[in-house]
Amino acid sequence: MTARGSNWLLFWPTLVILLFFLVPFLLLLRVSVAMPGLGAVGAGGFDLRNYTSLPFDSGFVKSIGFSLALAAGVAVISLSLAFPFTFWLTRMKRAAQVIWLVFLLTTLSLSEVLITFAWQVMLAKRVGLSNLLVWMHLLPEPISLSPNLWAVVACLVYLVIPFSVLLLFPGMSRIDPQMGEAARTMGASATRAFFTVIVPLMRRPIVACFLMSFIVTIGSYVAPLVLGRPEHWTVAILISKAALNANNLPLATAMSVVFLAATALFCGLVLSMSRSRARA
Amino acid sequence: MRSAPLPRLGRYLFLTIFALFLALPLVIVAGVSLNGTRRMSFPPEQWSARWYVDFFNDPAWVSALRSSLLISALAALLAGTIALPICYFEWRYRLRLARTLNVLGRVPFMLPPVVLAVVFLVFWSSLSHVGRIEDVVVGHAVVFLQLPLAAISLGFVSIDRTLVEAAQTMGARDADVFRTIVLPIIMPYLISGMLFVALLSLNEYIIAQMVVGFAIETMPIKIFNSLRTGFSPTMCVGAVLFMLTGLVGYICIALISDLPKLLGSDRR
Repeated sequence: MTARGSNWLLFWPTLVILLFFLVPFLLLLRVSVAMPGLGAVGAGGFDLRNYTSLPFDSGFVKSIGFSLALAAGVAVISLSLAFPFTFWLTRMKRAAQVIWLVFLLTTLSLSEVLITFAWQVMLAKRVGLSNLLVWMHLLPEPISLSPNLWAVVACLVYLVIPFSVLLLFPGMSRIDPQMGEAARTMGASATRAFFTVIVPLMRRPIVACFLMSFIVTIGSYVAPLVLGRPEHWTVAILISKAALNANNLPLATAMSVVFLAATALFCGLVLSMSRSRARA
Repeated sequence: MRSAPLPRLGRYLFLTIFALFLALPLVIVAGVSLNGTRRMSFPPEQWSARWYVDFFNDPAWVSALRSSLLISALAALLAGTIALPICYFEWRYRLRLARTLNVLGRVPFMLPPVVLAVVFLVFWSSLSHVGRIEDVVVGHAVVFLQLPLAAISLGFVSIDRTLVEAAQTMGARDADVFRTIVLPIIMPYLISGMLFVALLSLNEYIIAQMVVGFAIETMPIKIFNSLRTGFSPTMCVGAVLFMLTGLVGYICIALISDLPKLLGSDRR
């Protein structure tokens, strides 16, 4: 049995992935070292100015730092909410699981634009949350609850939580329920069994989930733009401004490359930390 | 696991708050879309479906909806035609090329969308082929390729290889095996994978905006643009239609395939 006869069927996927992913990605690297200028590839030539000017742009440096911190914070919050939820989810009956999963997937695939819009409506002066807080005597009168940092964080947690749950789900559903029961029969409390048995078993999914939530958040664009003030703008916003408003593609590509490198560096750091802790 | 009353109460409380947190923004937008007055208010001051009528009478919204649906359908088809051969050849002949493509095809999904947007913007600009619908179709198909790859690979794992061997001993050719064994088993996974692509493509904003935003308005682009110019209840109608599309799409996936298994659970 050989594949020779129908090998050509792989030609199509190879072509698409090469032509529409690898080539464009290499082009990104190429354009990032082109002379600044209008048009697709700037003014051509070779010039490191796009990169050398970045460290002196305090807006860009601050924005990278802010984006990393924001993404890490949001990833931690959503992980700590998603973890207990996923634990209980995997112990529900199958039908209940399916309903929760459909619900989670629906919110997961909702556009960042829609989610941000929904939060903006919810945080507006005349709607929902503000009135509720007044009714609970937590606020003297209805106010607009955005733009501020907490609106951005809440909206991003909302955006990321379904991802976190779905990444923890496979690992959690494979844990044998008898493991927890065994710990209980030996006299551990439910909480103690949870932290000494379930959490350590989930170490790798937890790290994977943290990193994926981090990556999803760090690419966020609409939520910080609409619910935050300019000091809450993420790198994604600066990159799109450089590409669209300033029409400076070489600068935008250089920013993208630095952004990717910073993200990769952070993820690598987290991974190596989790590995060295696992060995210890 | 037996549990004491107090922890059980805590669990129900947590699950209720979790569900409310997820549902609240959606419920509020749906409520605002049914409000009879032009002002944004919740609960609605008077119930009315007038903004739904407005939505479908506004050519700008209808054309945005149409281009979104077209882009997502084409992107899903394209992603399906790429993912199926990769997974089939990896499973059937264990080709190294297929395995490489299966790994490579999952990379774009991991990259920040704004970087991918810049990548595609540079690519299409350098070809002087900008603002066309196919630019964003190809972009979405490549970015979301991870989903059908993962779903279909999972499907192939579930095929019993002895079934294939039995068919071959009885004289079935490769094409027969593919048609009579592989395709029927793989079909639900293929369709689910493609539905995932379609739903995510429908909702994708930044890539569509940067690649074709100045020429074509998709629904997320249209909603974002209206968001910047001020509130109108018609936007809520657009948002509600999108939520319903997602809900119906995922219910379809749950009906045609084993959703917990598709998402990685291995228990019945």
